[in-house]
Amino acid sequence: MKTCLVVDDSSVVRKIARRILEGLAFTVIEAEDGAKAVEACKVAMPDAVLLDWNMPVMDGFEFLIELRRMPGGDVPKVVFCTTENGIDHISRALNAGANEYIMKPFDKDIVAAKFQEVGLLALDVPTEA
Amino acid sequence: MTPPDYEYLRKLLKDHSGLDLSADKQYLIESRLLPLARKCGLSGIPDLVTKVRGGSSSHIAQVVEAMTTNETFFFRDKVPFDHFRDTMMPEILKARAARRSVRIWCAAGSTGQEPYSLAMCLKEMSTALAGWRVEIVATDLSQEVLEKSKAGIYSQFEVQRGLPIQMLVKYFKQSGEFWQVNPELRAMVQHRQLNLLHDFSQLGAFDIIFCRNVLIYFDQDTKINIFNRLARLVEADGFLVLGAAETVVGLTDTFKPVPERRGLYRPNAARAAAAGAVMPRVAAAAAGR
Ligand SMILES: C[S@@+](CC[C@H](N)C(=O)[O-])C[C@H]1O[C@@H](n2cnc3c(N)ncnc32)[C@H](O)[C@@H]1O
Repeated sequence: MKTCLVVDDSSVVRKIARRILEGLAFTVIEAEDGAKAVEACKVAMPDAVLLDWNMPVMDGFEFLIELRRMPGGDVPKVVFCTTENGIDHISRALNAGANEYIMKPFDKDIVAAKFQEVGLLALDVPTEA
Repeated sequence: MTPPDYEYLRKLLKDHSGLDLSADKQYLIESRLLPLARKCGLSGIPDLVTKVRGGSSSHIAQVVEAMTTNETFFFRDKVPFDHFRDTMMPEILKARAARRSVRIWCAAGSTGQEPYSLAMCLKEMSTALAGWRVEIVATDLSQEVLEKSKAGIYSQFEVQRGLPIQMLVKYFKQSGEFWQVNPELRAMVQHRQLNLLHDFSQLGAFDIIFCRNVLIYFDQDTKINIFNRLARLVEADGFLVLGAAETVVGLTDTFKPVPERRGLYRPNAARAAAAGAVMPRVAAAAAGR
């Protein structure tokens, strides 16, 4: 089973994300800020990180920079999931090594589509019209 | 809705758009037509049916449009677009090297996600296509979806279904909550209103036809009729792409499936000759392209 680290300072968002990701057969680990997420990655590198931007202590962008410097830190697929919906933020994230970007609000379809995009989910059955 | 009204609308829809509703889809008609009746300032469905029975062409057109399903998204089902990039275009690039032009038709383009997905694929291979004339023709029955397609403006929700983030950054411009396809991409797509039930030979010949997720709504005879007419418009070495729930198999032999390329079909040369198909390019030239 693949693991996904959900990093968000809102416990509500983490709970929603957990429910969606578990529905997509991921094992979910939670962290409430970037620093806690770094600790979690030291214990075990997840396959994916669903990452908020604005958080206390260490924000998502700083976490991403830190992660990509860690041994094995190039492996996890990082999907931002944030209300920072401006093209400037998106470009910065991509340049720093993010793989995908979700603009909040999000739902199950979007999460599934984005995780497919980064190659962590098999293509599901084709859509009916 | 009274059973006679339902039967009347069912027949009307079949005649006007090909939509083949089974006998138990009253709820579907009601759920789509009630909002329309309100929008038209009518008290309810019975009044709308009266207008339609009275032959009001604007009400008929609106009823037909309201009953279409326009659901679509960028790079829908993904695989057909991989085939486009890895199978179809490489062949066309070779076969048309002298003429250096490629024509593509989205025969049920809806709100534009499909034609713009193709336009993005083509942009990604722009080096190979340098100096080529590239045309994408997007048609649909519904005027409303065509307007949206032309504008190329999508909500945040729409651009997050199927569109890789790099493509969003590269090919769209943000304005508030919305994202608009950039002008260069929009210029690659021509829009026309077109009912697949009617003659479409005037469009001329195409190298690739995407006709996805529309024939599923039609009955067998209608499908066969459309396949046969599509076969006359697609180049002998061209391609037809159908939706995941659609096939020619068991309906017609004017097209044959491409092995190991799900959703991909090619004209059946032997069969086309027997049916006396005109040479597509010649027909196109005659049509004054
Ligand atoms: C489900 S959408 C498919 C969009 C896109 N091809 C895709 O696969 O995502 C079906 C479209 O077919 C159009 N349509 C329905 N009946 C039609 C007809 N008789 N002629 C042309 N278009 C039709 C509808 O207006 C609608 O936009």
